[in-house]
Amino acid sequence: MSQSLDTPPFSVIGGRPVRPDGVDKVTGRALFGADFAVAGQLCGRVLRSPHAHAKIVSIDTRKARALAGVKAVVTGADFPNLKSEVHEGGESSSDLRDLAINVIARDKALYEGHAVAAVAAISPKIAEEALRLISVVYEPLPHVLEVEAAMAADAPILHDHLRTGGVTPAPTTASNIAKRHIFERGDLAQGFADADVTYEGRYTTQAVHQGYIEPHACVAQWGEDGQCDVWCSSQGHFMVRAHCAKILNISLSDVRVTPLEIGGGFGGKTTVYLEPLALALSRQSGRPVKMVMTRDEVFRATGPTSGAAMTVRLGAKRDGTLTAAKVELKFQAGAFPGSPVGAACMTALACYDVPNFEVLGWDVVTNTPKVAAYRAPGAPIVAFAVESAMDELARTLKIDPIELRLKNAVRDGVIASYGPKYRNIGYVETLEALKASDHYKAPLGPNQGRGFAVGFWFNIGGESTASVHVAEDGGVTVTTGSPDIGGSRASMQMMAAETLGLPVERVRAKIADTASIGFSNVTGGSRTTFATGLAVIEACRKIIADATRRAVGTFGVEADQVVWTHGQVELLDGSKPPLTLADLARESGKTGGPMSAEVALNAQGAGPGFGAHLCDLEVDPETGQVSVVRYTAAQDVGRAIHPAYVEGQIQGGVAQGLGWALNEAYLFDPGGRMENPGFLDYRMPVASDLPMIDTILVEVANPRHPFGAKGVGETPIVPPLAAAANAVRAATGLRLNDLPLAPPAILAASDLARAAE
Amino acid sequence: MTKLSVRTTVNGDEQNFLADPTTTLLDALRDELRLTGAKEGCGTGDCGACSVIVDGRVVCSCLMLAVEAEGRSVTTVEGLAEAGRLHPLQSKFLEHAALQCGFCTPGFLVAAKALLDVNPSPTETEVRFWLAGNLCRCTGYDKIVRAVMDAAAEMRQERCA
Amino acid sequence: MTAAEAAQALTHPGARALSGGTDLLVQMKTGRAQPDAIIDLKRIAGAIGVRETADGFVIGAMTPCAALGEHEGLMRAWPGVVEAASLIGSTQVQGRATLAGNVCNASPAADSVPALIAARAVCRIVGPNGERDAKVEDIAAGPGRNTLSPGEFILSFTLQRRPARASDAYLRFIPRTEMDIAVVGAGVSLSCDDARVVTAAEVAVGAVAPTALRVAAAGAALVGSKLEDAALAALAAAVEAVCRPISDKRGTAAFRIRTAGVLAARAAKIAYARAGDRT
Repeated sequence: MSQSLDTPPFSVIGGRPVRPDGVDKVTGRALFGADFAVAGQLCGRVLRSPHAHAKIVSIDTRKARALAGVKAVVTGADFPNLKSEVHEGGESSSDLRDLAINVIARDKALYEGHAVAAVAAISPKIAEEALRLISVVYEPLPHVLEVEAAMAADAPILHDHLRTGGVTPAPTTASNIAKRHIFERGDLAQGFADADVTYEGRYTTQAVHQGYIEPHACVAQWGEDGQCDVWCSSQGHFMVRAHCAKILNISLSDVRVTPLEIGGGFGGKTTVYLEPLALALSRQSGRPVKMVMTRDEVFRATGPTSGAAMTVRLGAKRDGTLTAAKVELKFQAGAFPGSPVGAACMTALACYDVPNFEVLGWDVVTNTPKVAAYRAPGAPIVAFAVESAMDELARTLKIDPIELRLKNAVRDGVIASYGPKYRNIGYVETLEALKASDHYKAPLGPNQGRGFAVGFWFNIGGESTASVHVAEDGGVTVTTGSPDIGGSRASMQMMAAETLGLPVERVRAKIADTASIGFSNVTGGSRTTFATGLAVIEACRKIIADATRRAVGTFGVEADQVVWTHGQVELLDGSKPPLTLADLARESGKTGGPMSAEVALNAQGAGPGFGAHLCDLEVDPETGQVSVVRYTAAQDVGRAIHPAYVEGQIQGGVAQGLGWALNEAYLFDPGGRMENPGFLDYRMPVASDLPMIDTILVEVANPRHPFGAKGVGETPIVPPLAAAANAVRAATGLRLNDLPLAPPAILAASDLARAAE
Repeated sequence: MTKLSVRTTVNGDEQNFLADPTTTLLDALRDELRLTGAKEGCGTGDCGACSVIVDGRVVCSCLMLAVEAEGRSVTTVEGLAEAGRLHPLQSKFLEHAALQCGFCTPGFLVAAKALLDVNPSPTETEVRFWLAGNLCRCTGYDKIVRAVMDAAAEMRQERCA
Repeated sequence: MTAAEAAQALTHPGARALSGGTDLLVQMKTGRAQPDAIIDLKRIAGAIGVRETADGFVIGAMTPCAALGEHEGLMRAWPGVVEAASLIGSTQVQGRATLAGNVCNASPAADSVPALIAARAVCRIVGPNGERDAKVEDIAAGPGRNTLSPGEFILSFTLQRRPARASDAYLRFIPRTEMDIAVVGAGVSLSCDDARVVTAAEVAVGAVAPTALRVAAAGAALVGSKLEDAALAALAAAVEAVCRPISDKRGTAAFRIRTAGVLAARAAKIAYARAGDRT
């Protein structure tokens, strides 16, 4: 399978056509999870633990079952006990046994909000009444929320069987530390000895939620013959099929999952919460069951990302060359192992060519919801620490922050801190583009400061299947198994149109259910344009080969006498008119049958993304309030297939990063209950909080994709946390190392600074 | 509780449906009338995904009881396009790529229409503050604001023409 | 339904008043309120609308806050009250929320309350035993509790006519730019003579105590001044002295006290500037 790189000028790639699913979305016709309904469906509801940590002594469901209108009640006892089985899902790995227990508790409730029972009834009111009639006897246990508290020797233990992995000799006592990760290079002590200057900082971040506006929703039907249907919004319906089948111990091919439109995921919908419950309730009741989470449940019971405690120590020569870096990361995993600390270790120094380093990471369980992937999982957290430390180093050395990054920048041929050799990366180009921007030179007003930070994300390839069919009139349908979370149908349509030489309106892109197309990994990891796109392009190339073969037969010539160009097969000698795809499709029955091609692949060679951001903030010195004045994000995007959606990914990632930096945080009361499980007090950016977000798309093509595409969606959330903290530093002189940068914290730091003077 | 009869005009059509006294207008629109454009993002009036226009004012339909719509006129996203022609706001949202997942889009379109009905020439700041009650997690609002201002400009031109 | 009928209906223990619904429906959603009957007050005569009279303004208590911002006379005379009401929630919330609900729901952080107190607004209360008047600052009893008797509801708010060189302002601190519950709110109303010396001033602060507070000493600090630094400092100190806020998910006590003083001073400056423009 050759993957030659096509180069501009392109007919379709790089344009901005209206997305094919757009009209349905602006008219309200598009069906998201909660919009879907089937006849006779019951309403499912979940009973959740009010305790952060408790033994479940008993659950009595008799009164609930007896209530008129209740058709099914399930508890953990209705689900098989699984053996440990690690499952790679998009960007992080989870143990399926842990996932199954997260879906519904067995002997212990491990966080406030942990599901302990579920009911299905003929109306929401009856379902809610049924929940009230279930009596659960809990034996509350001491709980632990903070990551360092959970690591302490006397911390309450969540899992008696958990032993710290990655440590030799292997420990024999239970711990909340699930795993130790370590990445090393060179001689750390020598590296620090060689340094002229060192800087050390300690940093903390709080758990934050992906914040998708659409709560989880699904409809499930367990047929009398054991054939199951699930309709849900998800980032990966093949993942839903696999997880449901394993959690319920049934065959994957007995489950068909149909993806509905998804209202945001950002990684948080690359796992299951409701679907296995809905299936179990449907099995028991014999009716379809619809389940929709409330916003309160989304916050209390679906994975945020980790809160963290980190230290960074850097050593550098006077000219800015880094000689050593030591990073220690302690990440909250929530109730089960699997924080993104491993990925964070790998990305920590990915932008830097450092000869000596040690990156140590700890995956720690806590009595909080099991964390789920959140856009470049782990990377924004560690970048907050590393980029804040680099900013202080730049100040100490009196070197411009962009210059300091250029001095130590990774380039093609450099071995990345996480292992592979960099090829075709555009990091330096991105730094230069930002340095050349108007924003970089723009003057600042009173109480304003400018912060700079860089960021990295690997992006992945992975498994995708695509099929391309040519209708009898030459129109083309591209079908994939990748749910569209941000416009990927548009990019599939465009890549197919470009490859086939057709106008974009002649191509339609659809997403098929798990029974109608081959396997695809989740839509996540910034993989879809790259990997699913590759499958689409390869399938189109098969169509071209097939069309050419048929034309050769129809023309009655040798293969080397024709060429495919601009959507048609032309005779080199021009002795007859060309045969268009429509011509060939019309006659396809006579030349071998329908024109159709499918490609299933495991895409390798995804190009990593580098970002460099400038953030201007204004800080009110009397109240500590922060306003975002100006923001520019430069990023190496490989090739912008549809620039507007690439810009949109960058702008959305920046907005999430700024929310994370300034105002978002999970707040818990002393009992371990979340205090702000709603959009009023979990404060995400609103339209008036942000200015226009300027983007600079740097295109250093990835030769392992025919159009040079690299993943773009995740890198943009990585730099903003430190960019904001560095801007506060510039505006106020205050270095705040704890997120969020809330006004009380800024004022308190300001008071401390003044007292110290 | 026995259901009450509600007579209301929705997108120009007279509707008559039954609702529990405690059913919200949002649930009645979605479940009784199958107008699923308005979405529940939070149920507590903090995200605007359920926005509809009632007697000329944009409101959160999750904060209204269905019975309060008695005798009133309601406009939902489904009422913006007319006879196969998209409203300028809808076209501009598509043109500017002002949506990614599209879940918040109906709420934004309805709220933006209400803005342009009372202020045909809003500044960027006015647009942002008017729409502050509509949460978007995908776009960072940039292209949404551009689309609204561009639609306003087009509608002003159409009025002059 | 007449006012008297509504009052009678509200005496039943499971009955709840419905005005804008932006608080009640949220409470019903979370299960905090489970009413047996919901009495919609909006269709009572006089409940909705702003009337300009010889003595000032009568605001129907069930008027949506957005409508207050559309009444030019009210905006000219009482811009602080109008801007406070216009800050509640979002555009959508302002399309439904009312002063009656905002005042009676008795959140310590309610945005309209400090401005209404500073404006010396008077409530006309209707109950099963007749009508009475009360000052706005007498309605809240504590967080989520009001002093109304069973069956009572607020039918209207009355604001006085404004002389020349009098105006008001309301400011609040929120971490974002919109949507948040006020961490601190400050309302200032003042009048000046022709030399722009303050002759009367009222200051009220919210979210710094179980109820919003009228701070007489802060108003007194401005009288006789032209808002020099010393007067503003005295105002801020007087405000800080009465604050007894809690630390919660929205702000620490220390932060609230400090910011209350800052905002009261800033609101005073805005009111003063507006008063200077009103001849």
